[in-house]
Amino acid sequence: MSVDTATVAKIASLARIKVSEQELEAMVPELNGILAWVEQLGEVDVTGVEPMTAVIPNKLRLRDDVIDADPLTGGNRRDAVLANAPAAEHGFFGVPKVIE
Amino acid sequence: MADSTYRIQGATGDWEVVIGLEVHAQVTSNSKLFSGSATAFGAEPNSQVSLVDAAMPGMLPVLNRECIRQAVRTGMAIEAQINKWSRFDRKNYFYADLPQGYQISQLYHPLVGEGSIEIALDDKNPEDTKTIGIERIHVEQDAGKLMHDQHPTMSYVDLNRSGVALMEIVSRPDMRSPAEAGAYVSKLRTILRYVGSCDGNMDQGSMRCDVNVSVRRPGEEFGTRTETKNVNSVRFVMQAIEHEANRQVDVLESGGKIVQETRLFDPTSGTTRSMRSKEDAHDYRYFPDPDLLPLELDDAFLEECRASLPELPDAKRHRYENELGLSPYNAGVLTAEVETARWFERLLAETAKAAGKQPAEVAKQAANWLISELFGALNKLGTSLEESPVTPEKGGDLLALIAKGTISGSAAKQVLEIMLETGEDAGVIVEREGLKQESDTGAIEAEVDKVLAANADKVEQYKAGKEALFGFFVGQTMKAMKGKGNPQVVNEILKAKLA
Amino acid sequence: MTDLTELGVAQIRDGVAGGEFTAVEVAEAFNANVAAAQDALNAFIVTTPDAAIDAAKATDAKRAKGEALGKMGGVPIGMKDLFATRGVQTTAASHILEGFRPEYESTVSQKLWDAGAGMLGKLNLDQFAMGSSNETSYFGNVISPWRRNDGGNAALAPGGSSGGSSAAVSARLCPAATGTDTGGSIRQPAAFTGITGIKPTYGRCSRWGIVAFASSLDQAGPMARDTRDCAIMLEAMAGFDPKDSTSLDMPVPQWEAGLSADLKGKKVGIPREYSMDGMDAEIAALWDQGVAWLKDAGAEVVEISLPHTKYALPAYYIIAPAEASSNLARYDGVRYGLRDLPDGANLQDMYAATRAAGFGAEVKRRILIGTYVLSAGFYDAYYTQAQKVRTLISQDFAKAFEECDVILAPTTPTASFALGEKSDDPLSMYLNDVFSVPASLAGLPAMSVPAGINREGLPLGLQVIGKAFDEQGVLNAGLAIEQRAGFTAKPAKWW
Ligand SMILES: [Mg+2]
Ligand SMILES: [Zn+2]
Repeated sequence: MSVDTATVAKIASLARIKVSEQELEAMVPELNGILAWVEQLGEVDVTGVEPMTAVIPNKLRLRDDVIDADPLTGGNRRDAVLANAPAAEHGFFGVPKVIE
Repeated sequence: MADSTYRIQGATGDWEVVIGLEVHAQVTSNSKLFSGSATAFGAEPNSQVSLVDAAMPGMLPVLNRECIRQAVRTGMAIEAQINKWSRFDRKNYFYADLPQGYQISQLYHPLVGEGSIEIALDDKNPEDTKTIGIERIHVEQDAGKLMHDQHPTMSYVDLNRSGVALMEIVSRPDMRSPAEAGAYVSKLRTILRYVGSCDGNMDQGSMRCDVNVSVRRPGEEFGTRTETKNVNSVRFVMQAIEHEANRQVDVLESGGKIVQETRLFDPTSGTTRSMRSKEDAHDYRYFPDPDLLPLELDDAFLEECRASLPELPDAKRHRYENELGLSPYNAGVLTAEVETARWFERLLAETAKAAGKQPAEVAKQAANWLISELFGALNKLGTSLEESPVTPEKGGDLLALIAKGTISGSAAKQVLEIMLETGEDAGVIVEREGLKQESDTGAIEAEVDKVLAANADKVEQYKAGKEALFGFFVGQTMKAMKGKGNPQVVNEILKAKLA
Repeated sequence: MTDLTELGVAQIRDGVAGGEFTAVEVAEAFNANVAAAQDALNAFIVTTPDAAIDAAKATDAKRAKGEALGKMGGVPIGMKDLFATRGVQTTAASHILEGFRPEYESTVSQKLWDAGAGMLGKLNLDQFAMGSSNETSYFGNVISPWRRNDGGNAALAPGGSSGGSSAAVSARLCPAATGTDTGGSIRQPAAFTGITGIKPTYGRCSRWGIVAFASSLDQAGPMARDTRDCAIMLEAMAGFDPKDSTSLDMPVPQWEAGLSADLKGKKVGIPREYSMDGMDAEIAALWDQGVAWLKDAGAEVVEISLPHTKYALPAYYIIAPAEASSNLARYDGVRYGLRDLPDGANLQDMYAATRAAGFGAEVKRRILIGTYVLSAGFYDAYYTQAQKVRTLISQDFAKAFEECDVILAPTTPTASFALGEKSDDPLSMYLNDVFSVPASLAGLPAMSVPAGINREGLPLGLQVIGKAFDEQGVLNAGLAIEQRAGFTAKPAKWW
């Protein structure tokens, strides 16, 4: 499967990366080169093979339902959460106005 | 239940409506699905946000056991298949209420598989039911909240809700009328509240419905559907369906086509409109979340979930009918809300204890009193059962007084009124107001004898066949006793003397 | 007095504990080297000399009070700028995180500070750890301290993505540094610069607080001058973390105490499929030499087969970009980092502008590849297929380990190359990881040990791959090679 300019433009839009026409043109052959190369995976007979789920045998642990048990993963730290925000206003994150 | 006959009468003929609902129910838990921050409603903006919820670089999710437990219990309550192996996927899209750029959800392997819910459309006949299929319940993160009207050029983002656990309960497209959809949402809410897995507070957003609607000619293939997002009351669900179905009929009849799209419901106008902000990008690129491992549940966990399930509304309703002898209507009313059922059961226990009787002997009386006396009175006062000044204990005392014949039904009404005002015990009021009725056979006999003696002519007429006079003798006796004679005893004695 | 910057982790730890020199003296010596080399090597994005001195003072004070010093007591280290460090800019070498000062400390870096280490600075790397030459950093290329012996002065790649770490350790700017390895990012730069680095079993080191590249592959590990130093530092870095769902809930073995170069009774597997067509003759010879060394250490050598080796790299270049495309979605200009808000831009325009301005070309390339392979209609053909192949690769290793205890292979197909030599051709760059990626896909512990010098005077590394959880077996085989290789070469101090 190879991609054309329109497809790359669509992917870039899905990924929210603005690309110029010029960049698009350069990306198409690059991505096609990589895609053509990864497509050799199609040769592998995977009949009856399950996709990998956990690389090392390990089970998902479940956490106790306790509020702020660890300050590193708990709330009540608005200042820390907003400290690096480009536009923090009145305790909120500000973004360009959204019309729903 | 017969197939729904709800039809939209179009210019070109009848249309049938096909409805499926995706209900997002907030899981009752102290902390969020993947972080330790709190879930309480109404907190200061961004105060219940952890570094994890804000998707700071390098932050990782760790799953909350209680959220899984509640979702499993919910699945069990609708007799659904519980998947011992499930896993979480990422649903990728960009929006300001979604800090990670993806929602952790379950697409490929949900926690709960197929189940069903019985709905009833007729209060009077709760046995006339329809089964609505549930396709799945999966667990996922809630998004944050955007506020649009606090700044001229900016929207504000509050992440307090971001990461709160939701159950997405997906029905099959089995509903055929707004009423069925309304009944389904109500019943689902009842079950969730019984189970305790969701508080069901629709006005606080704890339950939101995505309404999928399409129309078709009766018997034909499904039409193209639209999805109206985040409708947050039973009434609005019904309104949204009605509006949306009619809109679709109009479009189709004027030669147009229905576009599969996401729509918004406007509660003020009762209409739906296309949602601009979510038009593009329906390519969510789901894939298993590599920060998490598959979720594997063991038998002990499932056993605890099952063992902790309460009696559910349908089972309770049947028991009220079969063991307590309540009418289907009363049983339905008392089990529709878990608080009502709990209140009723405490009332029943207190009444039986105070009256020295078996619960089944006082159940009908208790049910009738609760439904027709207390509900009415509370309604008038504009208050609820939870805030009622008459507790089940106090109500039980009152009902026991009736059951034992200490007061009459009409006196009980008076007592209840005073109880609601003062919060006093029934016994105190009865004593003070002198409302005790006379049940002593000797005393009543004496009064009856006097009445019969004073009305010998009427006795003659009665014995000659004018049976309507019986009421006159009752009235005279009660009058003589200033209304305090036990009517049942008065009746019995009169019957015996006049025989 | 000895040049303290010539000392490794064990020597510094023991010297400080034994009172031969103070931790502050050590920190000052390394701070000086860091400052002196910064312009020439560009190994650090920010330097934190005060942090190094403060930690050293704390260690010296502890010692004065007679308290026990930690595993890394008095050892100043470099921290790859992929680890969040509280209050210190953390960028992943990307413009999109420029100026970001985390309010938190990664689990691994915290463990190192708790063990008595101090921070010399945040080390440069390939942007978001995507690269094999450290040419994708927004903050400029890292220059390898090594030069070819051809009289030319070509600037060489220190490897990547932990290129700042490898350059700094080999140039004696720090005795050890943290690295992270997603497809070879510890081992390949270690091999390119003549140092030692180990990627432990997936889950040994917590990922909490490390900027994510590809979650199912990312593992932190130490990069240092020798095997013992790696063992010491890995002990300090590893351990269960309840904040990481993929963290291994297992005790941390005493790897340093368990070191032994005696391999009697051990079997070393030589994977047939790693002998690829056109393999560099010097690399092939070095590999043969490694076999001889391990035999000399008492091991039995067996040929094994890892039949799906050929498919590891393409599988990796589907899985890693797919995960990255999602992991990097959070860089959107809303909560931290760069925001590019052109006039009249709406929210979605802001995202696209911010990400266009903030991400480098290689990062964008991988995000696009990842977005594409996950997109509707392509998911099964690419992603599911790749995860199935990954299962097969993992099964290959499991089968092989029925016949051997560790596997010996080259770390890289070539020695270091000149900056710019491969940066125009992504595919040829990706091929650098051909020998390192299989162990990453299988989550296995693997290390690179410096084993020789090529005819151009550049270091070459050998790779030891072990069974899951058997870092000890890997370290021991590494030690056996190290002792026999007698690798003492170091870059001339040309800066
Ligand atoms: Mg939905
Ligand atoms: Zn949902």
